Amino acid sequence: MSKFKYLIEGIVKNNPTFVLVLGMCPTLATTTSAMNGMGMGAATMAVLICSNMVISLLAPIIPDKVRIPCYIVVIAAFVTVVQFVMQAFTPALYETLGIFIPLIVVNCIVLGRAEAFANKHSVLESALDGIGIGIGFTIALTCIGLVREVLGNLSVFDHKFASSDGMLVFVLAPGAFLVLGYLMVIFNKIKGKKNA
Amino acid sequence: MEYIIIIITAVFVNNVVLSQFLGICPFLGVSKKISTAFGMSLALVLVMGLATLVTYLIQNYVLINTWFGEKMDITFMQTIVFILVIAALVQMVEIILKKINPTLYQALGIFLPLITTNCAVLGAALIVVTKQFSFGAEPHMLNLAESVVYSMSLAVGFGVAIILFAGMREQMELSNVPKSLKGTPIALITAGLLALAFMGFQGIV
Repeated sequence: MSKFKYLIEGIVKNNPTFVLVLGMCPTLATTTSAMNGMGMGAATMAVLICSNMVISLLAPIIPDKVRIPCYIVVIAAFVTVVQFVMQAFTPALYETLGIFIPLIVVNCIVLGRAEAFANKHSVLESALDGIGIGIGFTIALTCIGLVREVLGNLSVFDHKFASSDGMLVFVLAPGAFLVLGYLMVIFNKIKGKKNA
Repeated sequence: MEYIIIIITAVFVNNVVLSQFLGICPFLGVSKKISTAFGMSLALVLVMGLATLVTYLIQNYVLINTWFGEKMDITFMQTIVFILVIAALVQMVEIILKKINPTLYQALGIFLPLITTNCAVLGAALIVVTKQFSFGAEPHMLNLAESVVYSMSLAVGFGVAIILFAGMREQMELSNVPKSLKGTPIALITAGLLALAFMGFQGIV
């Protein structure tokens, strides 16, 4: 039960997007629709779980001075694996996400969790943390994607509910900043009420 | 002429922060003051130019080359190789700068470690070796000089965006912002409006 809290913490209390504000580039760039956001979240989660586990195993034997390059190599290896898997099984999604799949390497969430959590916890705890943070990230990305899709394209998970065009600006670049900004305001408001 | 089109495209039309979403973390993180924003962008121009130069050569002469009498294409190693090379390069720039120009090191030094995990550097390095560009002519892969000019202009674009943004944030410090909007949310909304303004450049090239 006590281990279970690592999983829950990642989703709400340590939510990577709304609380820690990490990994903003993929958050803004890939959330043009709920489906794309979810795909990006899932890819990041896969890398995060694997790298967290391997790093927690390797942490005792990696010399402290060269730990960051070592973590980066581990993460880059898993990113390459994910890249291959997506290219084979979801080629359309792979095309849409494009450069942002290799860029998971420099996503601060993955390296941040390796440095702040995985290197001082057991394999099981690190895996649970990876799953928790991964789910938190995926939920955040899906929410942003959903809002942008509904406003910009009048569709939900690629199913159009009205035939007219939406407000295109929400699918384009400025919409990403605005939607994330306002979602953060709502998140802060709810959290503020809970604490009060 | 072609280089002018490349520069205008990279700085304004394909602005690295506001239309390609690369380097958002430093964009939000070090934009509280104009002077730090300026230092960061200067360091980024230097590193992005160098990184693209090196990764372009690696892509075309190491990853795609004849090894042991066989033609090999090991571009799937791109991600791992590029990030390691960039990390090493940034470290090297830091050491060299410390030795030959301490004043410049004083100004840029603190930004250099941050740049390794700046996705704009890896992003630009990957874009120039994988994407085709037209720039007024037929779509083609960029050559070495064009690649370096393109990615340095991307860094200049980052500089333009972050300095404008820092100016706005300095002003915002003085204004009365509602409690739940304070900090990141208002910064994101401001960035959204800036991105809206930059959309006006779309279609000029």
